[in-house]
Amino acid sequence: MKKLDLKKTKLSEVNAALQNLNKKSIDKDFTVMNPEGCHALCVGLVNKINVTINGHVGYYCAGMNQNANIIIKGNVSTGVAENMMSGTVHVKGNASQSAGATAHGGLLIIDGNASSRCGISMKGVNIVVKGSVGHMSAFMAQSGTLLVCGDAGDALGDSLYETEIYVKGKVKSLGVDCIEKPMKSKHLKKVSVLLKESKISKFKPEQFKRYGSERKLYNFNVDNVSEY
Amino acid sequence: MCGIVGLYLKTKKYEKSLGTFLSGMLDSMENRGPDSAGFAIYTKEEKSKYKYSICLNKLTDAEFKKRLSKDLKKVKVKKFSDHVVLETTDKPKKVLKFLKEKLGEVSLVGYGKCINIFKQTGRPSDIVKNFSLSSFSGSHGIGHTRMATESAITTEGSHPYSTAEDECLVHNGSLSNHNNIRRVLVKKGEIFSSENDTEVAAGYISSQISSGQDLESTLKESLKNLDGFYTFIAGTKKGFALLRDEIACKPAVIAETKDYVAIASEFQAMAHLPGVNQANIFEPEPGIVYSWGN
Repeated sequence: MKKLDLKKTKLSEVNAALQNLNKKSIDKDFTVMNPEGCHALCVGLVNKINVTINGHVGYYCAGMNQNANIIIKGNVSTGVAENMMSGTVHVKGNASQSAGATAHGGLLIIDGNASSRCGISMKGVNIVVKGSVGHMSAFMAQSGTLLVCGDAGDALGDSLYETEIYVKGKVKSLGVDCIEKPMKSKHLKKVSVLLKESKISKFKPEQFKRYGSERKLYNFNVDNVSEY
Repeated sequence: MCGIVGLYLKTKKYEKSLGTFLSGMLDSMENRGPDSAGFAIYTKEEKSKYKYSICLNKLTDAEFKKRLSKDLKKVKVKKFSDHVVLETTDKPKKVLKFLKEKLGEVSLVGYGKCINIFKQTGRPSDIVKNFSLSSFSGSHGIGHTRMATESAITTEGSHPYSTAEDECLVHNGSLSNHNNIRRVLVKKGEIFSSENDTEVAAGYISSQISSGQDLESTLKESLKNLDGFYTFIAGTKKGFALLRDEIACKPAVIAETKDYVAIASEFQAMAHLPGVNQANIFEPEPGIVYSWGN
């Protein structure tokens, strides 16, 4: 276990140390101390390593992650795991807006709440939020899965493409072109896998509702010709 | 961009450190607003005494003192950089008239029984030192670091804006209908000293409060009447309140312990506060008024 203390080492040096690992390096486990809300911590990690961050972090933490397993023991600000490609990012506290924005792959777990625009334009990532999500979550989301154990705010899934959304609690309102869809056995299976991966045992897949795109915005509708 | 901060003390434990804490908060928000900074710090109320925070502009403090009228009662002048705090038992109506007629070259930044309010162009880390913010004790304070967007980098264009006794406002964002609201308020008799959108929001809030509304319902109503992006912190004699617009693009984070409530644009601003890692830290929801002390 290698310790990196942001009180003693510059942010750019901590990031460089995690990004440019010698392939033969025996260090696979790292702890980052005293982040004190700094931005862009642990961005662009490409190796299969385990990083634990002790404390609250600023913007774009774990952005562009590939392969790394990153645990944040605290809250995160805007854009955690944005554009993640693979690996796991686990936030033990709350997340601010745009968590998992545009992320292509991997798993993002948020133990607390995520605020507005969670999973905006997501492109294949799986996001599990144990609390609730704010307004306009999964806005223009393209693929992947957003699973919410709490409630969802206004305009969930507005202008949605093919991301699947599962919510256990109340949905304040659905966005344009987002509708509730039936839960079939393959969806129950999908939720069950995600719950298992996120180590959630107190909820059953049957408790979730599924939301997806009505696909009405996909093609030009001739009835709207007068609008142009 | 812009950075906003606020600190409200729930207990007396940190009264003496208020200035030091607020100073650190502004310092760490310099990246969000390097053009100018300002703050309002609420100190103990002294019976029948008013404080007038005045920017001297080019006038020296000696000249200012010389020209103070003998009619003003029990006058005390304390200098802070290019500002002074004038203490007197004379009521605002008289002092404001006097300043306007006899000391036209200075500008009144704010006044009240508790408020001390200062602002200046330059780097926030220098400004907090210029005004020796860390020497202040008090009950609560709010501050702002500005990245100028819609009006020039001047002292008049800096926050906080105070448009009534012991009231002030800091704002991260921009308003799109401020010219219309300014016109309506000017007709009602409000006076504005800048072209800044936030001053209009401050004037709007004071105007509603002076017509008998409380701060909370005024802020709630501003969701309908103020169009644009904002996170506001409105300071009053007793405390402060926070509001984010319903789109909530402008950030805010709150940390609450048994001793204090801290608000900032980013967590970095509060990372130095005692016990903050154990605080209840959350993001205020859009369109909801959060209020302490009022």
